[in-house]
Amino acid sequence: MFTDILTILQKELTELLFQRGQGRSTSIRLLIFVGVFGILLPLQNGIEGVQSPINLAFWAWIPYLLVSGVTADTFAGERERHTLETLLASRLSDRAILFGKLAAVVAYGWGITLAAIVLSLVTVNIAYWQGTLTLYPADLFAVILALSLLIAVFAAGLGIAISLRAATARAAQQTMSIIMFVMLIPLFALSFLPREILARLDVFLDGLNPPQIIAALLVFLLVFDGGLLAYALRHFQRAKLVSD
Amino acid sequence: MTPYAIRTTQLTRDFAAVRAVDNISLEVAPGTVFGFLGPNGAGKTTTIRLLLGLLEPTSGQAEVLGFNVRTHADEIRARCGALLEHNGIYERLSAYQNLDFYAKVWHLPTAERQARIKELLTSLDLWERRDEPAGKWSRGMKQKLAVARALLHRPALVFLDEPTAGLDPIASAALRDDLANLAQREGVTIFLTTHNLAEAEKLCAQVGVIRQGKLIATGSPEQLRRATGKPRLEISGSGFSEQALGAIRALPTVSAIHNGNGSLIIEFHQPASSAPIVSLLVNSGAQIEEVRKGKADLEQAFLALLEQE
Repeated sequence: MFTDILTILQKELTELLFQRGQGRSTSIRLLIFVGVFGILLPLQNGIEGVQSPINLAFWAWIPYLLVSGVTADTFAGERERHTLETLLASRLSDRAILFGKLAAVVAYGWGITLAAIVLSLVTVNIAYWQGTLTLYPADLFAVILALSLLIAVFAAGLGIAISLRAATARAAQQTMSIIMFVMLIPLFALSFLPREILARLDVFLDGLNPPQIIAALLVFLLVFDGGLLAYALRHFQRAKLVSD
Repeated sequence: MTPYAIRTTQLTRDFAAVRAVDNISLEVAPGTVFGFLGPNGAGKTTTIRLLLGLLEPTSGQAEVLGFNVRTHADEIRARCGALLEHNGIYERLSAYQNLDFYAKVWHLPTAERQARIKELLTSLDLWERRDEPAGKWSRGMKQKLAVARALLHRPALVFLDEPTAGLDPIASAALRDDLANLAQREGVTIFLTTHNLAEAEKLCAQVGVIRQGKLIATGSPEQLRRATGKPRLEISGSGFSEQALGAIRALPTVSAIHNGNGSLIIEFHQPASSAPIVSLLVNSGAQIEEVRKGKADLEQAFLALLEQE
């Protein structure tokens, strides 16, 4: 099954990254995305940006943005384009198809996030060189990696669950966008808060024992991701997909 | 090797209150092309989905290549190829990438994969355009590509669901020729659904006629013609007098006469000699240019079957 998962993953990534006829616009879109998050924002935030725990929220949302944008196309889109039934008529198991697609969208979102993280470090070190290499604190970096991966899986799982019920890829994408908007409201609200309140919030967060909160968040996401995947496994089945 | 590539016994599938496939029992011999004929919505596509194990039967049994569709659907799909209702081509990928992906799905080793893709694309005149995005191709070319994909892993049985649907007559004829050649060369069993009777007549050794989910006839095209079509005589010419036509109509062997546009068609209850009729017409002063003894074609047989139902 692992070979089959790799085959599906490879096909999906080819479609996502090197879409024939649309390849150039896809590449430009990705370059802009990586440029903004890997160069522009790090230039604005400087060394402090690398050291701040706010990084967590920052890098956590990027995979969601990326994965939610492609999951609907990969799942609901394949059904809409009438290519799914042919795939289901092949020797591939339901699970191989599901996990191959899941792995592709997660690899896409998480991979680009990692590329942007590396680029942001390069940018900060070039622009604000202080005689020694500036890196993320090791614990913070580990949490960024874990959190961004879990968020990517969360976005993929949510996208699959929505795609399985949505009539079209567009409808699935709209639902994903609405969910993202609802989840982003608290973050948007943060930017409108006065500096004093933000400073107090910082102190408040410091007093909350961040490692425990982060650990709880990671465990919560892990469980939630597991639930979403269990739902996907239960519903991504030939008989249901063909008769729906 | 099993004696039947496909064998169904009272195969039935319901969708809520609608019975899409109704107690179908049929047998398809290995190495033959079987045509499944029926009007739109007759249950042809649902039957294919049942045989591929994509849908579970409501009742009845089906065995494909000796495997039960309920318990061994994976084994069936591993040995079959399919061109379903929609061609299933990835339009963002090139033709080569489409086939390469499916060749990997079927676990073809790299060297064999490349050789097989080249062989199929070359035989279908698509090799030169293999790197073009399939989405930019004509419908006919996409159908050919889908046929290549269905045959890629040298399956024992191929399901082709309306392979020429939506194609212009030239593209249809070309694809039909390609299918006939491929079927002969590859030696596969083909289960072909169509409502194009000329296609079935050209390609199929055996046909089954389905209507409203029920199998109403099976046999060779010739058997169906014999069972349902009436022998006839087509006479081209002029000066067919009413008196002569009346005399012909009165013959006990004649069932109907159609006269118009310089063509007289006489249908018989059973095979009959044409000589007395031609003599009668000539003696009445008719100018005869051509006399053709005809059999009902499959289309007439098909329509007669549907009328009987």
